[in-house]
Amino acid sequence: MGQVPQHQPHPGAERVTVIEPPAGWRAVDWPELWEYRELLWVMTTRDVKVRYKQTVLGAGWAVIRPLLTMLMFTLIFGKFAKMPSDGFPYPIFVYSALLPWTFFSSAVGASAGSLVGNAPMLSKVYFPRLIIPLSSVGGALVDLLVSTGLLLLMMIWYGVGWTAQLALVLPLVVLLVLVAAGIGTMLSAVTVSYRDFSHITPFLLQIWMYVTPVVFPLSVVPARWRSLLYLNPMTGIVEGFRSAFLGKPFDFVAVASSVVWAVVLLTAAVAYFERVERRFADII
Amino acid sequence: MTRNAIEAAGVWKEYEIGATEGLKGTQTLYDVVGDWLRAPLRRMRSLGGRERERFWALRDVGFDIREGEAVGLIGRNGAGKSTLLKILSRITAPTRGRITLHGRLASLLEVGTGFHPELTGRENIYLNGAIMGMKRREVDRKFDEIVAFAGVEKFVDTPVKRYSSGMYVRLAFAVAAHLEADILVVDEVLAVGDAAFQRKSLNKMGDVARLGRTVLFVSHNLAAIRNLCTRSLVFEHGQVAFDGGVAEGVAQYERSFAVAGSDLATAQFQGVLVDALRFETLIYRQNGEIVEIIDPALELEMELRGAALRTMPALDLKISFFRDGVHLASMFDADRNAPMREGAFVSRITVPGAVFQPGRYTIGIGAVSGVASWVWGSDVAVLDVSENRATGAERSEGLIAMPYRGERFQ
Repeated sequence: MGQVPQHQPHPGAERVTVIEPPAGWRAVDWPELWEYRELLWVMTTRDVKVRYKQTVLGAGWAVIRPLLTMLMFTLIFGKFAKMPSDGFPYPIFVYSALLPWTFFSSAVGASAGSLVGNAPMLSKVYFPRLIIPLSSVGGALVDLLVSTGLLLLMMIWYGVGWTAQLALVLPLVVLLVLVAAGIGTMLSAVTVSYRDFSHITPFLLQIWMYVTPVVFPLSVVPARWRSLLYLNPMTGIVEGFRSAFLGKPFDFVAVASSVVWAVVLLTAAVAYFERVERRFADII
Repeated sequence: MTRNAIEAAGVWKEYEIGATEGLKGTQTLYDVVGDWLRAPLRRMRSLGGRERERFWALRDVGFDIREGEAVGLIGRNGAGKSTLLKILSRITAPTRGRITLHGRLASLLEVGTGFHPELTGRENIYLNGAIMGMKRREVDRKFDEIVAFAGVEKFVDTPVKRYSSGMYVRLAFAVAAHLEADILVVDEVLAVGDAAFQRKSLNKMGDVARLGRTVLFVSHNLAAIRNLCTRSLVFEHGQVAFDGGVAEGVAQYERSFAVAGSDLATAQFQGVLVDALRFETLIYRQNGEIVEIIDPALELEMELRGAALRTMPALDLKISFFRDGVHLASMFDADRNAPMREGAFVSRITVPGAVFQPGRYTIGIGAVSGVASWVWGSDVAVLDVSENRATGAERSEGLIAMPYRGERFQ
């Protein structure tokens, strides 16, 4: 953390703001965004605090939800459907993929509706609007952390050893956050103008899970279809998480595709967001 | 040395009526696709949207405000004050023009924005501070002062959903009022809390102004404007109609309440007094302040201004209330044929607000002289009454709210 430049009411240090009509595509005001970083933090913690207030189990829900999903998937896909799992116990196999997927799904879901949900704030006070969808993504990180701890414990239980590849989870989380932020930001801005997306988004996420190797391994997908799956930014991330946790070799093509996607999505999303941002208060 | 804090030049703001009403602005995809399919050519010609009704909320507004000035923005609802504040606060963008701000601007457009009911007072202070661009350290420094100002010391760690509405607004105002900003934009927020807290808030604003910060102040509370401001900008129909001293500004604002143009007046006039009287304005006041919407909890003072073109030995002016075309009541400014001297007159009729049902009444103006009586139109003005009854009103039905007491004995 660097030194925060304190506001000085002296003439020399004055800040000049020019207010003009929006001029189409414009660049993000990074210094300003940086100045509001505390708001990002405060909004993120607000989301997290509020989520578990007045619940008996509190943050326990961060464990229970993925755990129950895992049990259900294990029963249905592991036991009944006999889905192959690259030789790992199915619960571990599916949980290591549910980790990034649950994050992605809740982060994108929350940030897609975040601007509309915070409409009163948008029409009453100025701050960089990007903070709102980004803080929703940040809020989902806490759950990811909790459920990652759970996975590490489960690995001991199932006798799956911890390997040095675990260190690669960290860059994968960064990649995951970037992809989720890109899609969430884009959807949040589009939802302001077209409320249809508040219906489309949950549906989109549901379908998306089945075209991502969450309940099945990428290896069961026939080669000619696999390249199609590479177009899905979540393929590389989910498979990457699995490789990092279970110590199996990485599919670098998939990961590289996710990196490219992350950059493209985030750039496009932020550019679009900045373009329409100044209309939000008028149409929300 | 004083420099400009705000420079505004040629500011225009256009709204699409549909968009401000919320529904049409958020088109569904179906609409967009449908439009494309139905008339792709028209769609392409009118690039950027369907043809909607538009209106200019601001028309060519320009002014400079110097550092340390306290400026009151006055004008009727819809005159453009709030739009200007929204642009200054960067909530919405101007359609044309340019504004330069020198220094940090903080706006108190609505207190308590971003307050979350589940969070405690303490958490909300930090949240609210951050939304308004305060650093954590800044809030730390002012924390005790904020809590003391709001008078919620005992409840800082209670979720604000358990606060009384008074505590809630006091805390919200306290956070906003302790912002460190060079330019402070304040919109009607002093109307919160009880009388004592309002006085405290007003003093706080006065301190801010005296400290040499620039203050832009919007209020219908003209006494507060007179107290705080050294200059006034009067808005009419999206334009600055007057820029100058506060007393002149207030006078200009009051003139904008004219009931109708004089040509309309003569057209509706009937009877023998056609050339004897001219009416100029009808103003509603409650608690000494000009109001547009009547609060039934307060007394209503109606002030009718005009001029007599010649002296008449006996003339009483009359104000009548109508609702749904029914004549409800007429009241007179003088008792039985008082003389009316040539020249300007001000008539005042005061009625209890409690007799009004929420909604709209129409007003007629007339006069009685001896046995002659005439009405200057039965709908020269309207009177809008709010639902807001501070006192627990009795249940009441009908065109007026009859003051009464109900009892039952068995």
